[in-house]
Amino acid sequence: MENLSVKDVSVIYPGKTAGERTHALDNINLDINCGDFVVALGASGCGKTTLLNLLAGFISPSKGEILLGNRKVQGPGSDRGVVFQKHALLPWLNVMENAEFGLKLQGVPKQERRAIAAKNLALVGLQDFHERMIYQLSGGMQQRVGIARALTCGPAMLLMDEPMAALDALTRETIQELLLDIWKKTETMFFFITHSVDEALFLANRLIVMSPRPGRITHTYDLAFNKRFLECRDARAVKSSPDFIKMRETVLNIIYGDERAASRAEVAHA
Amino acid sequence: MHNRKMSIGLSGSTKSIVGLGGATMNNKDESRGKQKGLMSRLFPNKPAKPGEAFGAPGQGSSRMIGTMTVVTLLVLWFVITATGMVKPLFLPSPKAVWDKFILVSTVGFAGSTLLQHTMTSLARVFGAFSLACIFAIPIGIMMGVSRVARGLFDPPIEFYRPLPPLAYLPLVIIWFGIGEFSKVYLIFLAIFAPLAIAARSGVRSVSIEQIHAAYSMGASRMQVITHVILKAAIPEIFTGMRIGIGVGWTTLVAGEMVASTRGLGFMVLSASEFLASDVAIMGIIVIGFFAFVFDLLMRYLERVFVPWKGKV
Repeated sequence: MENLSVKDVSVIYPGKTAGERTHALDNINLDINCGDFVVALGASGCGKTTLLNLLAGFISPSKGEILLGNRKVQGPGSDRGVVFQKHALLPWLNVMENAEFGLKLQGVPKQERRAIAAKNLALVGLQDFHERMIYQLSGGMQQRVGIARALTCGPAMLLMDEPMAALDALTRETIQELLLDIWKKTETMFFFITHSVDEALFLANRLIVMSPRPGRITHTYDLAFNKRFLECRDARAVKSSPDFIKMRETVLNIIYGDERAASRAEVAHA
Repeated sequence: MHNRKMSIGLSGSTKSIVGLGGATMNNKDESRGKQKGLMSRLFPNKPAKPGEAFGAPGQGSSRMIGTMTVVTLLVLWFVITATGMVKPLFLPSPKAVWDKFILVSTVGFAGSTLLQHTMTSLARVFGAFSLACIFAIPIGIMMGVSRVARGLFDPPIEFYRPLPPLAYLPLVIIWFGIGEFSKVYLIFLAIFAPLAIAARSGVRSVSIEQIHAAYSMGASRMQVITHVILKAAIPEIFTGMRIGIGVGWTTLVAGEMVASTRGLGFMVLSASEFLASDVAIMGIIVIGFFAFVFDLLMRYLERVFVPWKGKV
């Protein structure tokens, strides 16, 4: 299987004057191996969405390069599936047609693509909802279709941009567990963005904490809470264990440290 | 002793009052159901649904009140004409208009029957509408997806769009003559602008995430346009078609002003020249009828073909 490596990547959004130029990402180095569940955590404006857009190929780096296997990432492609914050499904298609959409574009015969899509819909628990229209589904079910759709092309990597941000707390927890199950069953690399510390600690086997102005990776942690959940199947026990809480405090201190520094800087600027 | 008796008596009577009260309540409910008057049907005093007491103003169906408005206007028309308050020249009676409807349907007016007038006008409006759909929708979509097309088409469309068709009617006649083409072309121009603009803004209604999602599933640029952008634009194109056909009907009379011998617009215009206000009113009602029926048809098609509209 393939690895993904981000090498010395910077992204600078141009502005009219030097002061208006935004250093969205500064000298990022990151290696994601097959079977990794990488979660990027940080306050808003730290460049995590920019990093995801780079990996997806929606934007290209100002400096540095991104390699998937030995190919350079030069644009979006079916080897990297994306799940969006708002589901971004196509409302004129039903659940099945949305799930098979990628394969249809690639000209895969109907029977074959339906079988693959049905398998993925079963994976996210929607085997009985093939004929439903998107607007008849709840937010959680829509996001499940989004995940099934992103898996359909058999990507080496699944990129998720705060996919649970619009969901309620209970649905969120169900989908977190679902994601870990899918992660275990597929050999796909996961790259997940969130601003929820609990979610990040629970899902990641590698957590990267990012800091704004300029966006960079300040801390990296190897975690095993997700494996612990997959063994014991008790999310609450995992999330209330002493080492989970201690880790949460550590990460919160880093993020709040950034926030305080940022607000001090803003006050000084004013 | 006395007190105790009293209390027993009281409790007994209370019971019977409760019983009676219950019975009267039932009776009231039934009678309210039977005697549901016109006023209570028009302005029902419904208890507010939970959470609706402070909801958006203007909720609820207005169909009953709408029907009453139409009926009231018709009754007023009858009364005013029957009492002779207004001379028939200014407002002919409903019966006179109906008689004219029968007369023009059978004998005809200005050399053609009502059916011929109607068919001529329908052909002009729908001919222009079809042409506008064929040209305006692709051009509007091109304006949405290509800045070159937008640069080419946007200035002329935005310039002529607010002009009244009557203003450029003389030019159209000078350039294209007084034949059928000028009439259809005038209506076509009137429909073209709103339809092209609707198609263009429909393209904008696609979200960047939907486009990104398609690209990350291996879509080509052409596939993004045909499978995502075109589909996402359909709801707004339907709205544009509804607005467009409405504009088409309003332009019909202008189109049939010059050198026409047939058509509903021509019929109304020549009737007013002869002060035949009954024919004019009859023609107006026929135009309104067809415009209304077609709008209903479009709304029906919209529900069938764009069931997701307003739900996502």
